[in-house]
Amino acid sequence: MTVAARLRAPGWYRAMLSVPLGIGFAFALVVPLRALSHYKPVVDGDAITTVALISTPLAFLIGIGCFDYWFRWASGAPTVPEDHSGHGARSWRDYFRVNTDHKVIGIQYIVTTFVFFIAGGIMAMLMRAELAAPGEQFVDSNTFNGLFSVHASLMIFLFIIPVFAGIANYVLPLMIGAPDMAFPRLNALSFWMLPMAGILMLASFFAPGGAFNTGWTSYAPLSVDMPLGQTFFNVAVQFAGASSVATALNFLVTIVTMRAPGMTFWRMPLLVWANFTTSLLVVIATPFIAGSQFMVLLDRALHTDFFNAANGGDVIMYQHVFWFYSHPAVYIMMLPGFGIISEVISTNARKPIFGYRMMAFSLMAIVILGFTVWAHHMFVSGMFPWLRVPMMITTMLIAVPTGIKIFSWLATLWRGVIHLRTPMLFALGFITMFTLGGISGVMLAVIPVDIHVSDTYFVVAHIHYVLFGGSVFTIFAGIYHWFPKMTGRMYDETLGKVHFWLSFVFFNLTFGPMHLVGIDGMPRRVADYAQHFAFWNAFISVSSFFFGMSLLVFLYNIVTSWRHGPKAVANPWRAHTLEWQVSSPPPIFNFDEVPTVVGGPYEYGVPGAVHGVFKEKPAVKEPAVAAD
Amino acid sequence: MLAIGAVASVVGVAIALSIDWFPTRAAAKVNEIDTLYRVLLSVSVPIFVLVMTVAIYSVVKFRARPGDMSDGAPIHGSTRLEVIWVTIPFLLVTGLAIYGWVVLNDVEAKQQGETVVKVRGQQFTWHFQYPGPNGKTVDSDVLYLARDQPYKFEITTSDVIHSFWVPEFRLKQDAVPGQTTHVRITPDRVGTYAVVCAELCGLGHATMRNTVRVVEPNQFKAWLEQQARGAAATAGGGAAPGGGAAAGKQVFTSNGCGACHTLADAGTSGTTGPKLDDIAAAAAKFGKQRGLTAAKYVKQSIEDPTAFVVPGYPPVMPSFKGRVQGAELDALVEYLLSVSGGKGGSG
Repeated sequence: MTVAARLRAPGWYRAMLSVPLGIGFAFALVVPLRALSHYKPVVDGDAITTVALISTPLAFLIGIGCFDYWFRWASGAPTVPEDHSGHGARSWRDYFRVNTDHKVIGIQYIVTTFVFFIAGGIMAMLMRAELAAPGEQFVDSNTFNGLFSVHASLMIFLFIIPVFAGIANYVLPLMIGAPDMAFPRLNALSFWMLPMAGILMLASFFAPGGAFNTGWTSYAPLSVDMPLGQTFFNVAVQFAGASSVATALNFLVTIVTMRAPGMTFWRMPLLVWANFTTSLLVVIATPFIAGSQFMVLLDRALHTDFFNAANGGDVIMYQHVFWFYSHPAVYIMMLPGFGIISEVISTNARKPIFGYRMMAFSLMAIVILGFTVWAHHMFVSGMFPWLRVPMMITTMLIAVPTGIKIFSWLATLWRGVIHLRTPMLFALGFITMFTLGGISGVMLAVIPVDIHVSDTYFVVAHIHYVLFGGSVFTIFAGIYHWFPKMTGRMYDETLGKVHFWLSFVFFNLTFGPMHLVGIDGMPRRVADYAQHFAFWNAFISVSSFFFGMSLLVFLYNIVTSWRHGPKAVANPWRAHTLEWQVSSPPPIFNFDEVPTVVGGPYEYGVPGAVHGVFKEKPAVKEPAVAAD
Repeated sequence: MLAIGAVASVVGVAIALSIDWFPTRAAAKVNEIDTLYRVLLSVSVPIFVLVMTVAIYSVVKFRARPGDMSDGAPIHGSTRLEVIWVTIPFLLVTGLAIYGWVVLNDVEAKQQGETVVKVRGQQFTWHFQYPGPNGKTVDSDVLYLARDQPYKFEITTSDVIHSFWVPEFRLKQDAVPGQTTHVRITPDRVGTYAVVCAELCGLGHATMRNTVRVVEPNQFKAWLEQQARGAAATAGGGAAPGGGAAAGKQVFTSNGCGACHTLADAGTSGTTGPKLDDIAAAAAKFGKQRGLTAAKYVKQSIEDPTAFVVPGYPPVMPSFKGRVQGAELDALVEYLLSVSGGKGGSG
């Protein structure tokens, strides 16, 4: 291809050309406007950067080719008919272009999010290094505040939420017998918006004044007063949020319209139910955080007074709007994990899920209750006090549907034939650790206790029990469970078990003691603390370094197994759901023949029961082999 | 399994209750909160132990033998069990919520003979104002409290959100721009504690601590009267000995400058901002570059801190314009220049 042709065709060359154009657009917009308005200085770095933070990622997305089809269609030009030549991935390069294959996008999602997971993890290590002893050793308070803010933002917006979208992207169409997602081009755009958000967050470290340092909660008015780094967060959340919403719409339409014949709602695997309910949460809640960050952005850039109390702004309103998203976000980060655990436990205990319909109903109950509890984050915020007791009651009631799930999983184990493979270990670890996180959650809901422990390390412990012992353990379970399907190779079972036990032990040694120091009065988000917390902090820091290193075992296992692992058969776990009835990895269009669903997804032990059938022949003719 | 579970629950509850979780109890009704927490623990531990026991027992009992390709029992559910594990948790959390509500109402109840203390948060210190004798007010940056006297703290902030928290008193309340929040506490134990800011409020957040002294009522009365006399003397126009510089030191301390700046004379060691022991030299140097006298330079650094930022430091200092002004500002500038070796007061 000639250089000119390369620069016209969608791809990295055009993207590299369009990035400077995006920055140029910011200059072209800001400088003349400031000159016309007689603002001094005419060339203002902060103002130009603010616009460039929005225009440059958009320019990149245009350059790499996310919008080509729609632009042609919208302008009336002839569209390029989809010949499916771009489907699938033949080499690693195919993962670095706008690819519309849900399986490629799934891998893109998972690998990208793990990169940000590692980045966020390194920040956690730096924080623990600083906190190993009282006083200031490694980083100053500005850097420290930036580290915990970016750590949380990456983990939430660039790891847990999107990695679930990635796993579901790969697995969900296969599970319901669909050839792809409903909107493949939208799917590609959803993925490519993610690295934009992550790069903005990481790049904030290079902004004058350092990274955004007001926590992932970014409470106004502090976030309005802070240096330029804060704007990176405001804009990054928009990209991550848009990505989430687009993916959630895609899942909803895919689940509603693209199920295989015979796949009624009550025959869907629970992972599909989990992503259906999660997507409802995402679509309804995410616009609220987008709004809250736009208001902060406008206060910062245009000097509006949404959160300026002196001019009629309302500081508490920020927290209401923020938590109206960010509490449901906790369930956005948990429900897909519930789905993974149901798949893993049923398959590895070789039993039907106990109380399948109640499992689905409890997901719906959590969705509805999840919207009625946001102000339990605000018991000491100074909001109108009457809202506290109703929110305490609804929050504690969420323990009921959550309890249904825990007890049903336990009952599924009962009288099963339990195969303790790595995903199953993580599932069992999840059940116990999530129970602890749930219990501390109920304690936090009780207002008089919460008033003492809110904004302390007790909350830090709680959130990590829920999001690491909870969500991240389910992510590991899911990655190991579907690794053979995604890569066509088996992971190393011994290394997987080593990874589990190291994670499980050092997770508890790291976050368990935080409950103690929290109740004892150590506030969170501090680089320095009183002398009498020194022992436990040193203990936590040492544990956390071992905990961090446990991830290296996982990475080594995944990388070497992906390259050299033994070939995987179609159905190594002898599971019933549809994704295991096709080859590993699946054919480019998933099903050479559309399956017909004739029964429930987990009919283990029922004589002669199957979930799906292929009219003439099974898609893969090879004996199912147990590999444990 | 039931027996193992029961024994493990009892042991678990015993361990959980034997841990000394809380800081010192230094206010009335703190016991109610601590007891509530212990009740929650006693209910929670058996639930956790139940989950652990069933999980471990199942794994041991129902683990697949090598080569076992069979399936488990095809049990799809049990309405009776499901009704049980919906009903019991529902009743449990409802009961606990009601208990929590009762405790909440009690710890927040209005007390007889409350004294109102005004609390003002500011990056990165607290200010307290008491009703003094003869309708005057008394200001302090140390929170003096009389034992067994009910207090209502009326909390405000000059800048961003802070959170007023004394762990020994258990209660916490945010200071919110644009409104006055309150919290009621009756300290009942003589001692020295700390007001901790619990809401991230900027770079000096970790250092935003003020001393709390709970003293006997007669000591408190003596302190208040002494403070009232001192305030009257200042208000009466009597310049403190040592001129503006001594007043400047007072301004420096009360505005929390030391949270971020090191200044040997004031005994502070913050490292977020430049060291002020060298500010006279720095003001001369940077002021010259920018065409300002040293005093004008220092003044600008306080009122418009981002106009010029010393290389190597982040542009994060909040503006003190309107907060430190007039004679106070002049005194502060004079003080800073004089203790760092420069000439003060040359304006």
